[in-house]
Amino acid sequence: MRFELKPPPHALPTTSVPKVMRHVIYALAPAAFAHVWFFGWGICINALIATAAALGAEALMLRVRSRPVKPALLDGTATVTAVLLAFAIPPLAPWWVPVIGAVSAIVLAKHLYGGLGSNLFNPAMVGYAVLLISFPVEMTYWLPPRGAELGHSPVGAWDSLRFAVTGSLPQALAVDAVTQATPLDLVREGLTSMQTLAEVQAGPLFGGMGGRGWDWVNSLIAVGGLYLLFRGIIRWHIPVSMLAAIVVLAAVFHTIDASRFASASFHLFSGASLLGAFFIATDPVSAATTNRGRLIYGAGIGILVYAIRTWGGYPDGVAFAVLLMNATVPLLDRYTRPRIYGRPR
Amino acid sequence: MSTGTPIARGLLPERLIIPMDQQAGPAAVPVVEVGQRVRKGEMIGRPGGLRSAGVHASASGTIGAIREGPVPTVNGLTTSLCVHLQTDGRDEQAPSEGWPRERDARIDAICNAGIVGLGGAVFSTAEKLRDDAECDLLILNGAECEPYISCDDMLMREHPLEVVRGALAMMDLTGAESTVFAVERDKPDALRAVREAAAQLGDTRIEFARVPTVYPAGGERQLVELLTGREVPSGSYPPAAGCICQNVGTAFALDRFMRRGEPLTSRIVTVTGNGVAHPANVEVPIGTPIGDLIHFCGGYRGDVTRLILGGNMMGYALPGDDLPITKAGNCIVAAHADEIRESTGEWPCIRCGDCADVCPPRLLPQQLLRAATVRDFDQLDSLGLNDCIECGCCDIACPSQIALTERFRQAKQAWAVVSQRAAMADLATRRHRRKLARLAAQTEDIHRQQDDLIAAIGSEDSRAMIEAAVARASRRRGESDTAH
Repeated sequence: MRFELKPPPHALPTTSVPKVMRHVIYALAPAAFAHVWFFGWGICINALIATAAALGAEALMLRVRSRPVKPALLDGTATVTAVLLAFAIPPLAPWWVPVIGAVSAIVLAKHLYGGLGSNLFNPAMVGYAVLLISFPVEMTYWLPPRGAELGHSPVGAWDSLRFAVTGSLPQALAVDAVTQATPLDLVREGLTSMQTLAEVQAGPLFGGMGGRGWDWVNSLIAVGGLYLLFRGIIRWHIPVSMLAAIVVLAAVFHTIDASRFASASFHLFSGASLLGAFFIATDPVSAATTNRGRLIYGAGIGILVYAIRTWGGYPDGVAFAVLLMNATVPLLDRYTRPRIYGRPR
Repeated sequence: MSTGTPIARGLLPERLIIPMDQQAGPAAVPVVEVGQRVRKGEMIGRPGGLRSAGVHASASGTIGAIREGPVPTVNGLTTSLCVHLQTDGRDEQAPSEGWPRERDARIDAICNAGIVGLGGAVFSTAEKLRDDAECDLLILNGAECEPYISCDDMLMREHPLEVVRGALAMMDLTGAESTVFAVERDKPDALRAVREAAAQLGDTRIEFARVPTVYPAGGERQLVELLTGREVPSGSYPPAAGCICQNVGTAFALDRFMRRGEPLTSRIVTVTGNGVAHPANVEVPIGTPIGDLIHFCGGYRGDVTRLILGGNMMGYALPGDDLPITKAGNCIVAAHADEIRESTGEWPCIRCGDCADVCPPRLLPQQLLRAATVRDFDQLDSLGLNDCIECGCCDIACPSQIALTERFRQAKQAWAVVSQRAAMADLATRRHRRKLARLAAQTEDIHRQQDDLIAAIGSEDSRAMIEAAVARASRRRGESDTAH
C-alpha cells in the first residue's frame, strides 16, 4: 500500500482565524444589545453600512493586489474591524461617515501596509481617527440614553435610518435638539468653564459609575472581554495593565483634587476604556506579542488615555493612545523577548 | 483507544527485516552469512563503534539475504544494511551468557545486548550509564512522549516488577544519589502498579512523581525542568544538568537481559488510528514489517490516507507498510483523512502569539517565522532556532494554521548548509592568509640573507672570504691550464 507523505505534526489544528473572529463578534453582541436599548438602532445601521463598505474595500484591494478574494472575505477580519468602528461612531450618522471610516481602515491602515497581519496600526482606530479629524461635527451626534431625553421623543429606528440615508431628521426633531454630548464631553466642557466635577456630574446623563447607559454598555463589554479571556482568544496582560494604569492615575489625581479630577470608576465606565482594553488594544496584529511587551504596551495606552482625557485636546483618547503605542510595537517585540530554555540569563 | 486490551503477543511474521542502523550511534556490523541458521537472541550484528549497539535475531530461522534497504530511523527514512531472516516458527533460544560481576563488564554486556533508549531516541543505554560523572539524579520516564502513544502505560501496568527491578539496576550502575519515577497524572493504574512493585521489592529509594499530562512533558528536557527546576543548557543533554533520563521500556529490557540473559529482540508498539481494525499494544519482534503488524491487528479499516511512525505530533509519514519496525518504533498510526491535518489554506500570521504561549523552550515562533521567511540567520540565531525541539505545539495552536515546525526544519537545514559553507570559506581564507604569511616570511628570509651578505662586505671575515675565493679561482685556472 502507498500512503501520502506530509511533514509532522499530523494532529488537527485546534483553531482558525475565522473561529477567532467569530468569537470576537459573539463577545461584542451583549454590549451591542445594550447599546440598542439605550441609544437606539443607530449602532446596527452603522455596523451594517461599515461592514458592507469594509468587505467591498477588502475585495477591491485584494483584486488590485492580485490576491485570492474569497478566503480573505470569509476570514471575518474586515467584519470585526467594521463592527468595532461602529462602536466608535455616534448612533446618528449620515451613511458616508461609516463608509469613509471603514474604507480608510481597510485601504489605508490594512492593505497599504500589506494586508492582514502586516498592518502596523489598528485599522478600526485609523478609521476612527480619520473621521474624528475630518468630520468633528458629525462625530458629536451622540444621543441621550433612554429615559434621559430632554423634552423630545426618542429617535426611533426609522428616524435613524432616514438620517443615515438623507442626512436629515423629521421636522419635529432637530439634530441639535436631539443629540447630546457624551459624559466625557460634558466633564471636559464643564471643567474648562470652571465648574466643579460635582456640579457637572449632577446632570441627568450621569449615573452611578459612569454615564447613564454607558455603564451598562461598558459592563457588558467587560463581560464580553472576560468571555474572550476564558476562551483563550486574548490574554490578560494588555487589558490588566491598561486598565490598571488608568485606575491608578485616576485614583491618585482624584485623591489630590476630587473637584477637578474624575474618579477611577468614572474613567473605567465612561468612554472607550473597556472597549479599548478588551477589544481594541488586544488586536493581535497591531499589539505587542511578548508577555512583557504586552504589559508595557497596555500600560502605555492606559497612561496616554488618561493624559489625553485630562490634559489633551480630545474628550477621549483611546484611539490616539492605541495608535501611538502601535508605533512602539516593533521595538517592544525586539527588546522584551523571554529568556530561552537552557540559555544564560 | 489502545489501552482497553492487554498487550497482544504471539506475532511472528514469516520474514523479518532487521536493520543494522537502529541506534543513534554508528550502524552495527553484520556477523552472519546468507544461509546461516540462527537462534532467537543470537547476535547478528556487532556494535559498530562507540555509542553503537549489538543487533540480534528476533526469532530463530535462516538468514535469507543481507542487503541495503530503506529503514525508518530517528533521522527519517534512510538506507541501511538489513539482515533478512526467514523465520522457522520453532522459536529456539540462543543460550544466555550470564550477567557479569564487574561494573564495566556489565556496561559492555548491555551494549552488546543491543539495549538502547526505547522512548524513541534509541541513544546507547550503556553510554548513558557509563557517563555518570556529575549526575546525581536518575529520572525514570514513564510519561508518554505523545498523546496517541500508550506502550509505556501498558508496560508499567503489566510488568511493574520488571520495570522497577530494571530501574534499581540502573541506580546501582550509575551510582545516582536519588531516583525519581515520573508517571503522568492520567495513568493512575500504571502509577499504582509500579508503586506496589517497589513496595514488594522492599525498595524505599525510588521517589514517585505524578506529572501533568501536558504534551511534551515526556520530552526529557521538559521532564528535567518539571521535576528539578533545572534547565538542560542549550545544545547539551540532561547530564549537563546532573540528570540521566531512562525510559521505562529500557528498564524493562535491562531487567530481561539481567534475569534471563535475553538481549533486546522485541518492543511494545502502540498500533492505533481510525484506520486499523483493532487498535492495540503489541509485543513486536524487531524487524517485523509494518504490514504484518497491521495484519496482526485485524488489518486496515476504511480509507487509510496516512501511515505515521511515532505519534501524530512528531512522528513522520511513511510511504509504505513494507518497512520494518525498529527499536525506535514506539507507535504506528493508520489515519483516516478526517483525523489528520491537511495542508489547507493558510491565513497570514496575525501575530496573536498563541504559538509562544505553547512553546516548551519559550521561543517566539511568530518572530522566528518572519526571520525564517527572509533567511535572516543572525536573527534566527538570537531567536534560538536551534533550541526548537520540533514538538509541533505551535502548529496546532496557530489560528492561521501555518506549518511553522516544517518551516523551522527547513530553516535549520538551510542554516546548516550556509554555516558549513561559511566555515569552508573561513577555512579557505585562513589557509590563504597562512600561505601569504609563509611566502612573506620566505621573502624576508632571502632579503635577510642578502642583507647579511651586504653587511658582511668590508668586514674582516669578508676580506678573508674574498681572498679564499680568489685563491680558489686561480687554482682552478691553473688546473685548467695544465689540462690543455
